[in-house]
Amino acid sequence: MAAPLTLLLVVAVTIRAALYRSSLAEVIAERVEVVSPITAWKRVIEGLALLDLGVSPYSGDVFHETPLVIYLFHFLVDYAEITFMLADVISAIALYLAVKEYNKQVVRKKQKFALEADRYPQDCLELIRSPKEMLYIPLKVAMFYLLNPFTILSCVAKSTCGLNNAVISLFILTTIKGNALLSAVFLCLATYQSIYPLTLCAPAMLYLMQRQYIPVNYRRASFWWFVVQYLFMYLGSLFVLICLSFFLLGSWDYLPSVYGFILSVPDLTPNIGLFWYFFAEMFEHFRLFFLCVFQINVFFYTVPLSIKLKDHPVFLMFMQLAVISIFKSYPTVGDIALYMALLPVWSHLHRFLRNIFLVSCVLLACSVLFPVLWHLWIYAGSANSNFYYAITLLFNVAQILLVSDYFYAFLRREHHLIHGLYLKKKDGSEATLVLK
Amino acid sequence: YILYILIYIPIFVFVLLRKLIKEEGENDFQEELVIRPLHSGDIYASFQFRTLWETDFMRENKVSHYRLFPKSLGQVISKFSVRELHISFTQGYWRTMQWGQPFLPSPPGAELWVWFQDSVTDVDAAWKELTNVLSGIFCASLNFIDSTNTVQPSASFKPLGIVNETDHRFLRYATLPREIVCTENLTPWKKLLPCGSKAGLAVLLKSEKLFHSSFFSQTVHIRPVCQDRECKTTSWELRQTLNVVFDLHTSGQGKREWSLFKMFSRTLTEACPLASSSKIYIDVTDNPQEEYFELSPATPLLSQAVVLGDRRTFSVYDLTQQVTFGTVRSLNLLIRWKSTEGDMLRPLLHAERYVAGYGLQTGEIHTVMYNNHPFRSFPVLLLDSVPWYLRLYIHTLTVTSKGKDNTPSYIHYQPSKDRMRPHLLEMLVQLPPHSVTEVTVQFERALLKWTEYTPDPNHGFYVGSSVISALVPSSVAMDTNITQEQPLFSSFFPCKEESSYFVRVYTEPLLVNLPTPDFSMPYNVICLTCTVVAVGYGSLYNLLTRSFQIEEPNPRLAKKIANFIRRIRGVPLLS
Repeated sequence: MAAPLTLLLVVAVTIRAALYRSSLAEVIAERVEVVSPITAWKRVIEGLALLDLGVSPYSGDVFHETPLVIYLFHFLVDYAEITFMLADVISAIALYLAVKEYNKQVVRKKQKFALEADRYPQDCLELIRSPKEMLYIPLKVAMFYLLNPFTILSCVAKSTCGLNNAVISLFILTTIKGNALLSAVFLCLATYQSIYPLTLCAPAMLYLMQRQYIPVNYRRASFWWFVVQYLFMYLGSLFVLICLSFFLLGSWDYLPSVYGFILSVPDLTPNIGLFWYFFAEMFEHFRLFFLCVFQINVFFYTVPLSIKLKDHPVFLMFMQLAVISIFKSYPTVGDIALYMALLPVWSHLHRFLRNIFLVSCVLLACSVLFPVLWHLWIYAGSANSNFYYAITLLFNVAQILLVSDYFYAFLRREHHLIHGLYLKKKDGSEATLVLK
Repeated sequence: YILYILIYIPIFVFVLLRKLIKEEGENDFQEELVIRPLHSGDIYASFQFRTLWETDFMRENKVSHYRLFPKSLGQVISKFSVRELHISFTQGYWRTMQWGQPFLPSPPGAELWVWFQDSVTDVDAAWKELTNVLSGIFCASLNFIDSTNTVQPSASFKPLGIVNETDHRFLRYATLPREIVCTENLTPWKKLLPCGSKAGLAVLLKSEKLFHSSFFSQTVHIRPVCQDRECKTTSWELRQTLNVVFDLHTSGQGKREWSLFKMFSRTLTEACPLASSSKIYIDVTDNPQEEYFELSPATPLLSQAVVLGDRRTFSVYDLTQQVTFGTVRSLNLLIRWKSTEGDMLRPLLHAERYVAGYGLQTGEIHTVMYNNHPFRSFPVLLLDSVPWYLRLYIHTLTVTSKGKDNTPSYIHYQPSKDRMRPHLLEMLVQLPPHSVTEVTVQFERALLKWTEYTPDPNHGFYVGSSVISALVPSSVAMDTNITQEQPLFSSFFPCKEESSYFVRVYTEPLLVNLPTPDFSMPYNVICLTCTVVAVGYGSLYNLLTRSFQIEEPNPRLAKKIANFIRRIRGVPLLS
């Protein structure tokens, strides 16, 4: 499997390098769908220039990156292109290895399932995949990530979203490999960059407990002991990172500039998310209320999803990533690319997906219409902001449908595994399954 | 006894009164008008009214007896512990290339800069109150000055009066480029004059003619000045200036001839009785043998003054002398042109500013500075205050002179904070001789909340003028003696050395469009976005709380009716 992966990496790097050298690189770096006020490269350069002028980058409202990014790019600013390409490559390799490890476990579980096959209905054996079918899935995941136009655009724009994705991919890899300490460290790095990966604590803990055969039962002491251990490692590394950031610039200015900015959304630059126009048109009286509602919305699905999917933590991780990418305050296409890269892992659900054609058409159409309507609003002046906002709404609805469709298909497959594939009604005719 | 009381009490009262009056100090009022014919046929008139008062506003027992100094301004100075106050209201833009340098420059709109005393503890609170009080005094909307358009320049606006030490924490500068000047602002300004608009030169200030001009500017400057060389006594100086440029073509007739009556629709009949000096200066430097224009009535008085680096000759009319008014008891100066030749003195320092780029996302501000001196280079201090909603990227700042990079020797940049303070950029740039220097910086336009737009959002947003301050080399030795009797127009800016004079140039204000949201849509947007969030919530809620079940079909109502009809007809029923 190394050879196709290497070929894929070479192709991906070539495409990115070619785009870097072309004139498209500057155009892409300005696009609001690809960069946000948090992740734009122009702002990183501005922050470094302010530091050179002797002014703290956080004294203004242009720079919202964490101090570690300043530290990193202080040395690497001349090699930025290589850094971002490397980040993409690391993400792809991490996802590849993670999915490979996950598939091994799935196969092991299936073997266990096959041993007890007589306990289960016969016809659902066709729902179980053979190892041969699953052979190419890791490569497909890496390909979905590297050759996704969203990822390529994000890398060419030098958006720091690529670095975030790399950290999250490494987190996924270390979690699936079963290394609790490294998983906590990478999760803490991801949370430090943007607050939302905090919700990935739950799937990480569930997976690691499953792997170590600790029963997920809140009445058992071993459960709480593991939770405490993981949280201790996580919070400890977070504390270390925050203190390191303080010592870099000698002040706590970065806390309101980075985390206050992500949570209170003062900058209303248009992006592909739901926040900007909502808060541009919000009545002042209700601003705080709706801000809290929207931010809680991101964190709020963690507990119910964890309870429902406690036996399937990797799918839970996918669901959480998707929820974060859709509902975060400044989303970009780079965030979407990350959870879309994990779709091949669940390609066996395709027979239960209901809306996939509609969703993919809408996503494609919206991706094409974003730059068109932006141009009409900002440059041609013949459209107004409502057009761009409408496409934003449609894009987010399509993403929500995609995610809920996959969730539906996953739950349905689980139901069939238990109750059999071809279900019959009482009178013997073919049954329809509904959610009741 | 009664005799003694009758004699001594009035003497006692008289002595007391004299003591009290003596404590108030000397009041001195001077007024002058300078008329300078411009090369394009327009005419530039500059009024200056100066009140000097030897008093101390800062002492404990408040000043209560005001004579020539206006009480409203005196109270403002003492209440807010103001050291210097400079306020200007301008309509129109001064065209330096056509009209030369003004005696007192001012930017379009309103400009206010204040130095507070060292004793002020909360400068921001004092500034806020001061702007509101001034807004009431001048009937202007200075209450729009808040932290989003106030800056603290570190080098550009040094005090023009007595300087002790300059801690720029006590300086505040704000400009309102959108402010319009009209009669409502002129009337309270005229009321501050000792003679009001009833006697002296202020009689000429009629708003229907003054606002029918290319350029109008009224200013008030308050500062402490030294009375003598050793500065043993200081007095407060209040200068009110009014600069106006009348356009040849809009004032009708087209004939190149100007008179006091044509400019102001009034003539002068007397000087202000409270003035110690009341003079009119006509600039006749370009007209030594009266070959270009003829001035009537003729006057024997001639005076020379060094102003703006040039030695100019003026014909003087002294209004305190009755002979000036002649037999008709009124003075109507008439300047009639005989030929239209003559060249203009080219200003040495000149600046322009414009916005480059297209679309509503990004743009570039270009400031262009011209140094027209043939062989001398001099440094200039450029001050730029850009509102927070145009996010400047300082790493894109480039300064080029004659095509080559020209690094500023001093840059002070304070980045903006959203909705709190604007950008402040100050640079010291050396302008090479006979060159054009261009300063460019890129910016990004922000989308504001719908309540933050003005009622006419598509008009655009104003960016205040850049201020360029410089000491320009002078070909004529400037006069550094402060105590010598000088005309008011040449003694405004303090002159520290003979070889250069101070010049402040203001560029044009910029008008920048920002992307706007649709203002009719707040409720719709809230509903639609909440719907999308609810779609997500609803789908996930369904999947989380419900489980799969086999559907047991209930016969539909339509089917039941259909079966009923079929039973009547006797055909097979639907399943």
